[in-house]
Amino acid sequence: MVVQRLRYTKDHEWARIDADVATIGITNYAQQMLGEIVFVELPPIGKQCAENDELAIVESTKAANDVYSPLPGKVIEVNSELESRPDLINQDCYNAGWICKMQITDMKSVESLMDSKQYEEYVGSL
Amino acid sequence: MPFISNTAQQQKQMLAEIGLTVDDLFGDIPAAFRTREFDLLPGLGEQEVRNRLTELAEKNATNLTCFLGGGFYDHFIPAAVHSIISRSEFYTAYTPYQPELSQGTLQAIYEYQSMICRLTEMEVANASLYDGGTALYEAMMMALHITGRNRVIIDDSVNPIYRVMIRSYTQNLRIELEQTHCTDGLANRQQILEKIDDKTAAVILQNPNFFGCIDDFSDIASIAHDKGALLIVSCYPISLGILKTPGAMGADIVTGEGQSLGIPLSFGGPYLGFMATRKQYVRKMPGRIVGETTDRFGRRAYVLTLQAREQHIRRDKATSNICSNEALCALTALVYLSLLGQEGLKETAQLCADKASYAYKRLTAIPGVGPHFRGKWFFNEFVLDLPCEAADVIARLIEKGFAAGFPLSRYYDDMENSILICVTEKRTKQEVGMLAEALESVL
Repeated sequence: MVVQRLRYTKDHEWARIDADVATIGITNYAQQMLGEIVFVELPPIGKQCAENDELAIVESTKAANDVYSPLPGKVIEVNSELESRPDLINQDCYNAGWICKMQITDMKSVESLMDSKQYEEYVGSL
Repeated sequence: MPFISNTAQQQKQMLAEIGLTVDDLFGDIPAAFRTREFDLLPGLGEQEVRNRLTELAEKNATNLTCFLGGGFYDHFIPAAVHSIISRSEFYTAYTPYQPELSQGTLQAIYEYQSMICRLTEMEVANASLYDGGTALYEAMMMALHITGRNRVIIDDSVNPIYRVMIRSYTQNLRIELEQTHCTDGLANRQQILEKIDDKTAAVILQNPNFFGCIDDFSDIASIAHDKGALLIVSCYPISLGILKTPGAMGADIVTGEGQSLGIPLSFGGPYLGFMATRKQYVRKMPGRIVGETTDRFGRRAYVLTLQAREQHIRRDKATSNICSNEALCALTALVYLSLLGQEGLKETAQLCADKASYAYKRLTAIPGVGPHFRGKWFFNEFVLDLPCEAADVIARLIEKGFAAGFPLSRYYDDMENSILICVTEKRTKQEVGMLAEALESVL
């Protein structure tokens, strides 16, 4: 399952771009691979990230994985709902399971992300 | 037969492939520390080996009356401790690698964790670490991870052996260690206030401190928390039977040497490091953690939990390189505490304090012998100033059958005449009297 309007990374993060703000989460493929998610370590608000910097940690019963920043920017909002309901990522990874919002500092970097078709092909090749 | 059975021919081939020699591979190790010929004797038969080892073992002085402390203590150990931990179902050094098959071991570790929490008044404890020093180092690393900062303040009243260990561990890491110099036997508030800033990850203190003095760090906890830093307290578990706990002082991470909980001195180990923290930091805590849950039939069951933080899963991003625990020593502590019970632990601690107080009065009555820190509260250790070098006096008292104490000049300048004396519940009034007489005779 891939959502058309979103942008994607090879590490299975998605970004929903709205003007200069990106909402970020992990893809359906990622949540399926991780299994039951039991904890999400959210980034502090104000955290500055370059592209591919560690942004958050998603922990399942099997593994703890880093979520990398798909874009350079500053964290302006986090989904604190995940603190008590990390399973929202399993249930609705593209909506209620979003992780954080970032103010994008370099809009050109959006172009380097995959669109839904490219991501679908990429996942198909794995 | 060598442990890794590469033939000389295979080794040659592999080296040729990468174009290096064996010496190149060990190039990072200074030459002085590389393997050399050990010049070993030819093999001996079993009986000869026994005789030789017995002869060597007899060189150890095992019958001295012990007034030596400094972080490791000569407490009474009920015989039942050894009998219980020697049961073959329990007798393993580690958490098992198929842990959930060993419900009994996990239950014991879970109960050990619960007891450490109750002792320290903290919310969560891990399944144990190697010893008090490594536990303190792990606590420091944990504070650095939690705060994302790189400066640490440590008072020099923290056990010098632990401080040496922390220095060794951190000398190649980007960590600024700042030492404060204790004032009149207590942690130096003024220097801590001067040094603490928004880059400070933690303040590390010890109670009772290395000189035996009792402190209350509640004020330092507030100072640290105001700056967003953590308070780490290393403590002596027996003393918690009667002293204010680190949890009640507002400590964020509590560690300590668990040897005093039923583990024999054994010339230096194996010992037991314990660690407890607040629930909010549980995912940053190193080591194994046993949790209680229910199986599919609703029965109580124990599991190793939060393993995703650990090295075998999270690799280089793990909370620590520790992926095991000191299961047998933790079990020993659990059995010891269970046998003593709450009242027994209090009585043991009170006896230590009372006997130390008596010894202090008796020894300071000797002409020329006086307290180093006047009017300070102590638990079961205190520092005396002698009219001559403490190390010499200690050497002379060994000949009279006493391990009289620790010469502080070994780690502190300007304390050449100072001796750290420890009195546990095992010492009798008569033994204190004999030490006093022997001390008087050698001065």
